[in-house]
Amino acid sequence: MFRSLVLPEFLAKIDQVKCIRCKRCIQNCGWSVYSWSGDKVLIDTFKCVKCLRCYHYCPEEAIAILDNPVRYRNNANWGFYNIRNIKKQAETGGIPLTGMGSDMPYPVLFDSLLIDACQVTNPSIDPLREPMELRTYLGKKPAKLEFEKGKDGKQKLKTKMPPQIKLEMPFIFAPMSYGSISLNAQKTLAIAAKELGIVMNTGEGGLHEDIYPYRDNIIVQVASGRFGVNPDYLNAGVGVEIKIGQGAKPGIGGHLPGEKIPLDVAKTRMIPIGTDALSPAPQHDIYSIEDLRQLIFAIKEATDYAKPVSVKIAAVHNVAAIASGIVRAGADIVYIDGFRGGTGAAPSIIRDHLGIPIEHAIAAVDDRLRQEGIRNEASIIAAGGIRSSADAAKVIALGADAVALGTSALITMGCTVCGKCYTGNCSWGITTQKPELTVRLDPEVYSERLINMIHAWSHELKEILGALGINAVESLRGSRERLRGVGLDAQTLDILGIKPAGR
Amino acid sequence: MSHNFQKDISGCGLIGIINKDRTRISGSFVTKSLCLMRDRGNGLGAGYAAYGVYPKYKDLYAFHIMYDEPSAQRDTEEYLKKNYYIEKKEPMPTAPVEGIKIHPILYRYFVKPLSEKAERESAELEDDDFVVKTVMKINSEIDGAYVFSSGKDMAVFKGVGMPGEIARFFRIDEYEGYIWTGHTRFPTNTPGWWGGAHPFTLLDWSIVHNGEISSYGINKRYLEMYGYKLTLLTDTEVVAYLFDLLVRRHGLDVLTACTALAAPFWKNVDTMHDEEKEAMTALRVIYGSALLNGPFSILFGHKNGLVGFNDRIKLRPLVAATKGKTVYMASEESAIREICPSPEKIWSPRAGEPVIVELES
Ligand code: SF4
Ligand code: SF4
Repeated sequence: MFRSLVLPEFLAKIDQVKCIRCKRCIQNCGWSVYSWSGDKVLIDTFKCVKCLRCYHYCPEEAIAILDNPVRYRNNANWGFYNIRNIKKQAETGGIPLTGMGSDMPYPVLFDSLLIDACQVTNPSIDPLREPMELRTYLGKKPAKLEFEKGKDGKQKLKTKMPPQIKLEMPFIFAPMSYGSISLNAQKTLAIAAKELGIVMNTGEGGLHEDIYPYRDNIIVQVASGRFGVNPDYLNAGVGVEIKIGQGAKPGIGGHLPGEKIPLDVAKTRMIPIGTDALSPAPQHDIYSIEDLRQLIFAIKEATDYAKPVSVKIAAVHNVAAIASGIVRAGADIVYIDGFRGGTGAAPSIIRDHLGIPIEHAIAAVDDRLRQEGIRNEASIIAAGGIRSSADAAKVIALGADAVALGTSALITMGCTVCGKCYTGNCSWGITTQKPELTVRLDPEVYSERLINMIHAWSHELKEILGALGINAVESLRGSRERLRGVGLDAQTLDILGIKPAGR
Repeated sequence: MSHNFQKDISGCGLIGIINKDRTRISGSFVTKSLCLMRDRGNGLGAGYAAYGVYPKYKDLYAFHIMYDEPSAQRDTEEYLKKNYYIEKKEPMPTAPVEGIKIHPILYRYFVKPLSEKAERESAELEDDDFVVKTVMKINSEIDGAYVFSSGKDMAVFKGVGMPGEIARFFRIDEYEGYIWTGHTRFPTNTPGWWGGAHPFTLLDWSIVHNGEISSYGINKRYLEMYGYKLTLLTDTEVVAYLFDLLVRRHGLDVLTACTALAAPFWKNVDTMHDEEKEAMTALRVIYGSALLNGPFSILFGHKNGLVGFNDRIKLRPLVAATKGKTVYMASEESAIREICPSPEKIWSPRAGEPVIVELES
């Protein structure tokens, strides 16, 4: 048999002295790394993706997953993955796929931004003693309000408010479809969203009937595949999102292979069992901004103008002008996904080389909408590589209304960002449809963890606001005066609209 | 001089007096009260606003302008001549004061936009909007010129010095008005620029302010979306412009505007009855970027009255008192008692709750 010349990335090792032959590693590994020889566990290290499921479930701490110490000869130009990918392509002729956001060492601008704090002249506020408000509303905001005098002489609101999505904190869960993630993973998100007073997003895979009860905490998505879209679906949540693009794979479509379309997924997506679910690169009825406008208003008609319509795009070079067009086309929310945003499956060449970072994109979009005097017309959601509450605070200060969390939410479910979601073997039961794997993810148990993490981030955000001497998140939103750049060049500072530290 | 100095950070003392029946009083009262709050100022800025001081010219805009250079005056006047009917132009009346060695060139003009609108720039604008545009233009485009008062029948006097010195310099005891506000400053940096003193004004809005607006960054960007040019990098400027936007341009009443700027907490909104809750929610949702956050007490004067208000958790002091038809507001009770020893009522307004006093019509 031809033996692959693609070097394994990892070296799985078992300490045979410690091992008690319980075979749990064999059961737990979604990638079949381990097998039973009759008297001990055998290892096929070529299959190991370092998801660390086995490590956590080995009762004897007998397992070690090391980075393969065998590397190609060091070369500053020809890195390990450059050589490895070519070897892989030589063997398969295919496009290497990957999952999660780009792991390439592009500079992360968040790590060059620092937040202000109060000293003496303006007191900081203790969030444990004083109210600290994170509530956020997504949707179109009229430029001004009109009141009229009521019979009792009091002011009565005359303006009719457009529909808003109320969030108790400026976080939402990023769209992840049933199909790309398991139903249990979606349920985990739905339970947590409800408990937290925020929203999850169905992604493009339709809405499974088990998720319908969470309708007050759901945004339903309409993407190019139009999976599961019907009038009930459009009205099943608090908002509708049109997906134009995704940060990890701007400009390309999606492909969920037939093996991942069992009965339940097929039903939810409204397609035959076992057929490939293809999301075309463009939406076939949107070839220009006027077409987008028609779809936005078609959806508004179908939902009786009672739900905000969001448009999700990938952050690309011209994102400011595109976002402005989207707002003028009637969108109530613009969701911008930076190039580091996650994915269930994308060609690595696309994921790692197309798009722009979310930091630049949000700054440019917020600036443009303000210059055009239409910033109030739509809320902005920032997504794509938000790793902590500090990243969230920074991107809100740059101009985002709320932040979408995908990868961080999955990490609470066990994900270790191994990046092999596209295989459908996720040992944590997240990005797989195999019943023996998905059963591991108990929504009741894991939603607790997700809620904990969002609570922790909210507390941290409140601490940041308190240190800034403000007690409402709207006073941070777009307040770039409270950010400083460290080690950034003049042009980057200019794009971000911030001063360098020391000024 | 560049007006682009560092953000204004200061502690301050405030005083405001309003006679609801429009009885005019001399500026010397305000000075007396302000001079008492010695710890609250360090001589780096003081100022006064007075309403009802120019009855003879009450239909004209009174522009008070300071110039660093004669060339700035020339450029400004050239622009004014092209666009305004100028009834009167004169140097600000001043008196020599020992503590004030240098001061900018100070002029006042009683003007109105040319009525033949075609003759002036931006003919489509109403008079008030045109005056706002003029103020923004002079302050941001003519280097060394700064309009520090632009309302009708009202005046601002301000500069670098102790409150007593500034009062004597501008001879404010010779003016009589029915609303007065005063301000003494304790800046922690020393810009030493006359325009940086309070009050800040636009049209007949005047603001004196103690504290720091920690939400300055977003308030500024919000105002810029509506064409305001924030040239001074001081946070007080945003308050004046926010009132102009919310009250004059958006048509909110003063109480609603104050409620937008120092909004009630969500936990209070949530317990309101339906209609009020809906209105309050809308107010916060729409005017979130106008929310003033950070420690402040503010006195806001306008042609129909005087408003005092605090930040949402009252991080800076404000005391109010009444006697007959007069209402006093100040940073300290002592400053009120200095000029009104036995008020009928004296109280500390609660956080975020404005004290709104209107003139009798
Ligand atoms: S889980 Fe650990 S102890 Fe059990 S068989 Fe695997 S290596 Fe051995
Ligand atoms: S979801 Fe599963 S497969 Fe994907 S990165 Fe996380 S652990 Fe790996």
